[in-house]
Amino acid sequence: MSLGASGPQSLPRLLAGLDPTSAAMTLAEHERVHGPLPHPGSAELIEAVEHSGLRGRGGADFPTARKLRSVAERRHAGALIVNGSETEPASSKDRLLLSRLPHLVLDGAVLAAAAIGAPEVIVRVRESATGTLSAVEGAVAVRSTGRLIVRVATAPEGYVSGEETAVIQHLGGSAAKPTFVPPRPYERGYRGRPTLVQNPETLAQIALVARYGAHWYRELGTNADPGSALVTITGAVAAPGVYELAFGTSMIDLLAAAGGSTEPLQALLVGGYFGTWVDSARAFRLRLSREDLRSVGCSLGAGVLIALGESSCGLHESARVIGYLADESAGQCGPCVFGLRAIADAFEGFAQGAGQSGDRDRVLRWTAEVRGRGACNHPDGAARFVESALETFGDEIESHRRERCSAPAAGLPLGGAAHQRHAGALRELRR
Amino acid sequence: MRARLRVNSIACDAHGLCAELLPELIVLDDWGYPIVEPGDVPPELLGLARRAVDVCPTLALLLVQEGE
Repeated sequence: MSLGASGPQSLPRLLAGLDPTSAAMTLAEHERVHGPLPHPGSAELIEAVEHSGLRGRGGADFPTARKLRSVAERRHAGALIVNGSETEPASSKDRLLLSRLPHLVLDGAVLAAAAIGAPEVIVRVRESATGTLSAVEGAVAVRSTGRLIVRVATAPEGYVSGEETAVIQHLGGSAAKPTFVPPRPYERGYRGRPTLVQNPETLAQIALVARYGAHWYRELGTNADPGSALVTITGAVAAPGVYELAFGTSMIDLLAAAGGSTEPLQALLVGGYFGTWVDSARAFRLRLSREDLRSVGCSLGAGVLIALGESSCGLHESARVIGYLADESAGQCGPCVFGLRAIADAFEGFAQGAGQSGDRDRVLRWTAEVRGRGACNHPDGAARFVESALETFGDEIESHRRERCSAPAAGLPLGGAAHQRHAGALRELRR
Repeated sequence: MRARLRVNSIACDAHGLCAELLPELIVLDDWGYPIVEPGDVPPELLGLARRAVDVCPTLALLLVQEGE
């Protein structure tokens, strides 16, 4: 299947040949670095992906071969959707791939579409990401894809708009809000047909596996967690940005890759806003492996790592994030709309020193209750974040009551227009 | 017959009839939305569970059979 081409011996892999001037890699440059697009059979490709051990990089970490197979065996696939809207505010890896390495992502999309028998590839890009949009449109324009239709669709803002059922809704002309499942998109999605929704990084990895093989893919990383991953490292580090690292890399080395911390760190937020706070003492003993991360209640999620310095206030930053998550509810399910808002208000109280005794227990009751009671995972992700915030910063609630906190804002990035959406969400639910 | 209760949380409008009919398995949260006991519905409560499904004004309560 692969032309016997040997892949990059070490890192970078995905980011090989990345132009330092930030221009999008042209098709000619892309083929110079990686060779021409191979044309494996469907079973051949899916097997290679299976042996590689590749798992989805959009946050769910689902085995990619299984996902490919579940759509392929249903036949009559409707589309392969490149889910490039990247709604996690602190993440920029997908934007980097789509704007500067569009052909690598498109290769993966074309390969996956062929493997599942889909007649169409739809690349979703956030409508506000005009640079990325033109880079992707430009790349699509120069590719000849035979009978396969490849088109670009803009995606709206909003944290939940990238959820896969919300994607299907939006492509069908409705608001980008999750639907009750079943059916999931792999059963019935775009135009009522089995649909594969895939993260850009996952597709880029497929493009490499198709060329260099599963054995090559597994040369980096560990047996349990093979390969490399893109991680957006931000916060109190000297060189925030997107880095490609092998699984199994230590947290210390991850931070060093981003220029090291700019001040002593108190905690790391692992996985983005649906992720988990880990205090620095525990964080520094971790490696980028599922086992290590699971041992402290985390997963890599959307590949985001935020370093919180000692001069920041964990309660304040957490209050901002949970406030944002509450505002970003699609507004369809009572437990999410009311539960997250109540939790966010309580957290704002903690940060302002107004926390009452019993508030903490009440918040923990709400996080336990809200799990699994929304149509999508939004309340579950928020609950996980809040519980980790209480575990990591809970002992500061008391000190905030006694004394006003004067920590400067750490500036964790938040999406825009959240308050407008929240007002709309409550209006919808109130009878 | 093995079956469990599920709430379509988008359709649910917190009318609360389900909790009234089936308090053994359904309680309401602080805002009136149902919290359903996980796991299979005990056989002696299946009849009441079906009634609760029928009486929900928004068809939000579902009785899902094993394998569905």
